[in-house]
Amino acid sequence: MSLEARLVIKRDGFTLDIELTAEPGEVVALLGPNGAGKTTALRALAGLLPLGEGSITLDGVRLDTLPPEQRRIGVVFQDYLLFPHLSALDNVAFGPRCRRVPRAEARQRATEWLTRVGLADHVRKKPRQLSGGQAQRVALARALAFEPRMLLLDEPLAALDARTRLDTRAQLRGHLAAFPGATVLVTHDPLDALMLADRLVIIEDGRVVQTGDAATITAEPRTDYVARLVGLNLYRGRAEGSTVTLPDGFELITATEQQGDVFVAFPPSAVALYPSRPDGSPRNTWPATVTTISRHGDALRIELGGGLPAAADVTPAAAVHLGLEPGREVWASVKATEVRAYRA
Amino acid sequence: MVCLILGVPLAWVLARTEFPGRRLVRALVTVPLVLPPVVGGVALLLVFGRRGLVGEWLDQTFGFSLPFTTTGVVVAEAFVAMPFLVIAVEGALRGADARFEEAAATLGASRWTAFRRVTLPLIAPGVAAGAVLCWARALGEFGATITFAGNFPGRTQTMPLAVYLALEQDVDAAIVLSLILLVVSVGILAALRDKWVAA
Repeated sequence: MSLEARLVIKRDGFTLDIELTAEPGEVVALLGPNGAGKTTALRALAGLLPLGEGSITLDGVRLDTLPPEQRRIGVVFQDYLLFPHLSALDNVAFGPRCRRVPRAEARQRATEWLTRVGLADHVRKKPRQLSGGQAQRVALARALAFEPRMLLLDEPLAALDARTRLDTRAQLRGHLAAFPGATVLVTHDPLDALMLADRLVIIEDGRVVQTGDAATITAEPRTDYVARLVGLNLYRGRAEGSTVTLPDGFELITATEQQGDVFVAFPPSAVALYPSRPDGSPRNTWPATVTTISRHGDALRIELGGGLPAAADVTPAAAVHLGLEPGREVWASVKATEVRAYRA
Repeated sequence: MVCLILGVPLAWVLARTEFPGRRLVRALVTVPLVLPPVVGGVALLLVFGRRGLVGEWLDQTFGFSLPFTTTGVVVAEAFVAMPFLVIAVEGALRGADARFEEAAATLGASRWTAFRRVTLPLIAPGVAAGAVLCWARALGEFGATITFAGNFPGRTQTMPLAVYLALEQDVDAAIVLSLILLVVSVGILAALRDKWVAA
């Protein structure tokens, strides 16, 4: 049941124009900053927003002319939207009931689904008596029990606290793997996207800026937003052999030889800081000024201004040794072998 | 009853749809709130009276006329009391999240099913409150009824009309009738309130 869609929606000075495909069984993540149009795209797929232009085809059938109730697309909303007056069981049985499945059978099916998501003991509870993680699983069961042709998830883990999130993410991964149709997942959390999806579609400002699997995207980001998500310093320049010249004239030496327009990326952990100009092997060395210092896992993330704006990760011990504080002048260096250049 | 059947869909239309003239319709629905009931009765007479806009046509085509009949009482009271219901239900509808209807639609529910199984239970307290207000208003309605339907004992005489009449002839009877009305009203309102608090 493969999905092919081109979604064009214009409103209030914002234009969404993206193409989207998904194969049966594939999980595609729409990843992007807030306001990029991810949720708009999802609502258009579900039929809750009319398309300005374009079409949605699922398995050779045009969907964009059908109202939402005839599309058979399961949706898990960001805040789940469980019907507050119905028990978990009746929430899950709602879909089958709407498809004229007799009440007893619908309840039987709902019970099976709730058991499958591990909530067999909570069938009688009302949504307000459920925890966030449980409500999320009921919402997933409700979307799946109605045997949709495609599944849409809007920020499925955003409303959960950090611990629940970890467990729920692992379970969700299992359920998505078992679902035979295509799944489109919307998220602004790169970890969710990388863990749950087979393929990532990154949208910024209503347009697709990069698509690819997790490995490609983490290794070769193509916009500042993606670079920040995956934690790389990213620059654009012209390569001649192993030398890349950035627009402001700064030269970086890379290990890979390229010609023409390229992206250059290196991780913050590859940047070393020195109190004075270092001697020896690192070939990319420049003077820099510390602008901000923040915690980043076990290390400190140092933002550097100056000739080449970059982020550097150093250990707290090194930071103390160097006397790092905003405004401090240091020398930064990165080994050529850590710098990766790829075609723009 | 008439108010429930007409009022709930009307409130849904007002709360959930956008159409030209919606403001005008809302103004028309709520006008009996601010109009003195007697004026409302006069307006009804002008429209449904035997010489009225619609009444003349009704009379000629069906040989049927509303004023000074029991049906006329119902129409007059519905006219005056319905705004209470429409306003309460419209408020409840606006308060209820329209996205629940969207969620229901993605699960294959038609608009009607979504309304019946999702929206209506969500706004039930609002509908009940509106219905009680509406009923209370109708019970006490005087002006529009006496103007439009008259005051014929056993046919169009309502309790307040009986009280008014009794007040001129037999003050004791008027007091007794008033007390009955008071006790019934307070009793029903109290019972309903308890039920809401429990729910």
